Amino acid sequence: MDIIITGLLLSGTYALIAMGLNLQYGVARIMNLANGEMLVVGGFAAFILFTGGGVSPLLTLFLVAPVAFFLNWLIYRIMLRPLVNRAKSRGALEQDAILTTFGLSFVMVGLMIWGFGGDYFNYSFLSRPIVIFGDNFGLNRVVAFVCAVALCAALYLWLNHSRAGMAIRAVAVSPESARLVGIDVPKLSARAFALGGAVTAVGGVIISTFLTLDASIGVLFTMKALIIVIMGGVGDVRGTIIAALILGVGETLVATFIDPGLTLAAAYAMFILILLFRPQGLFGRRPT
Amino acid sequence: MKRRTALKLATALAAMSIAGASFAEGTITFGAVGPKTGPLAGGAVVTHFPNIQLWKEEVNARGGLNVGGEMMMIEVIEYDDQTNPAETIKAVTRLATQDNADFILAPYSTGLNLAAAPIFDRLGYPQITSTATTDQAEALHAQFDNIFFTLGTNSDIVGDAVKILSDLRDAGEIGNRIAMVNVADAFGIELAAAAKPAFLAAGFELVYETSYPLGTPDLSPIMKAAKAAEPDAFVAWSYPPDTFGLTEQAIIEELDVKVFYTAVATAFPAFGDRFGAAAEGIMGIGGVNTASPEFQDYAARHLEVTGQAPDYWASGMMYATLQIYEQAIEATGTLDREVITQYIKDNAFETVMGTIDFDENNNNNEFWTVGQWQDGEFKGLASTGREGAVEPILKSGWE
Repeated sequence: MDIIITGLLLSGTYALIAMGLNLQYGVARIMNLANGEMLVVGGFAAFILFTGGGVSPLLTLFLVAPVAFFLNWLIYRIMLRPLVNRAKSRGALEQDAILTTFGLSFVMVGLMIWGFGGDYFNYSFLSRPIVIFGDNFGLNRVVAFVCAVALCAALYLWLNHSRAGMAIRAVAVSPESARLVGIDVPKLSARAFALGGAVTAVGGVIISTFLTLDASIGVLFTMKALIIVIMGGVGDVRGTIIAALILGVGETLVATFIDPGLTLAAAYAMFILILLFRPQGLFGRRPT
Repeated sequence: MKRRTALKLATALAAMSIAGASFAEGTITFGAVGPKTGPLAGGAVVTHFPNIQLWKEEVNARGGLNVGGEMMMIEVIEYDDQTNPAETIKAVTRLATQDNADFILAPYSTGLNLAAAPIFDRLGYPQITSTATTDQAEALHAQFDNIFFTLGTNSDIVGDAVKILSDLRDAGEIGNRIAMVNVADAFGIELAAAAKPAFLAAGFELVYETSYPLGTPDLSPIMKAAKAAEPDAFVAWSYPPDTFGLTEQAIIEELDVKVFYTAVATAFPAFGDRFGAAAEGIMGIGGVNTASPEFQDYAARHLEVTGQAPDYWASGMMYATLQIYEQAIEATGTLDREVITQYIKDNAFETVMGTIDFDENNNNNEFWTVGQWQDGEFKGLASTGREGAVEPILKSGWE
């Protein structure tokens, strides 16, 4: 039982890491390699407000989300819109976006080091045990899991049961046809990218309560997010959740029953298996 | 048109750099290379770079170094090696050939220092390391004549940890059962490989033993398994993110051990800040004589100039290597690298860490090995000849 719960808690973390990238890649078609840095920025904000002003990270969320939304909207409008406009095909856009956001990730690392130094940062928030079914778990991880569930549920409901959500899904499926039915694709893409960035930054705020971060650690999160998004299928919230679950529970099982040294290997093995047998991802559509 | 503008710019830049070079007369150029990004950046910005800033500001504030009667100011050129050995080597080469650095400070960490040893040797620069621990000092010295080691050997670091645990057990304070984990990285693997036979030879029983990859996001399965093995002592040959992660998990699991040992970063001020009272009694790699006036004075200056406190292990040693340069340059009155290197080999130096006198293998034999958080400071418990060691205390709970 405790293995399942540990695995579920880890899955929550993974969902937080990957959900934003899924929106950015799935809808705005930007493979954002600066995703991990945005997450670290969120964590930084939580750290500064908590150590400086004693602000609970759970309150910081509500500040970080709109700021990150606006910031990412600006990034999209200034840096990425020109790429979208000049791209002749989806492949060309992906290539340009990967290079641009790769560069952006260095810029962000540089800015963070310049502004805050490269020191490790972490703080103690709800870092006390909570007993579930007779086993101890970190309260901060449990809170993070609850946040992840709430965030995923809200995104899922919004995407599937609201008009704006439907329009976003339409853009994800086919930007060309979406335009034909009167959807303002450029505007929605910008919003989806901004929303994805906001979700990632919020994930960073929550994750910073139990992980030690530093200015240049973002790439590790980007890698994990990439694996999860590609495993789950691009542009589908359910896929990301399922992939996060598989990875979280799988890694915990391997760590407990085989060897903690093999968790990374296990994660990549699952990734390869899914790529081999379902290259479009668990919930992805076959390319037409 | 564009090309012409670029050409003009390039010419202007070249002119400026020539002008810059002529201004540089009367300065001593120190090259510095270390990780400002990448996995080890978090350690380098605590231990490595702030000391360079501190030393440069202090020396320049008093008018520079006296080189044979001429006061020369210190200029530092810093490069980020991204925690990538290839970049370290590139940066060292660049510092020597393009920046014409008079001296190049040794890079950060064991791995990057070993990677850079051949290039320091080939370019003819002394390499006075302060953040490298190795058992290969003798072999390395045979190969590279101008490499110096100050921070100690892995075998002593492991040996003293084993000895402290043995003493506690022989005194009846702790039992025989040890849980030992390590990060699957050169550092963790090497220390765990040295520690295992040493613990077994000392009569301990390893009830749990495992390794985990660097950057593991969830260490709770490890701590759960360690707890289930009911150890008397928990020992982790860990790196910074997991040093924090393992300690946090131990608190959450309420791991009931009398000795809790984590490796790199336990000596960081951030560790004490993060865990507060729960840090009391945690042992780790390193330590200093926190009661020494020299160290206290150094720590106060470090805090004042750089805005952050030094760590309780290699920070002081890093500053000590700069003091060695300072004393060698002023005593010889030259910037000739061969003369300076020979002087460093032949003489003893008074530093914030005490006297440093290199042996015939350019190895400093007196260094701290184990420390422990006591009353909000990480105090040295064991060393190979340094003064000021305190008695270990047992870990009692996490409150």
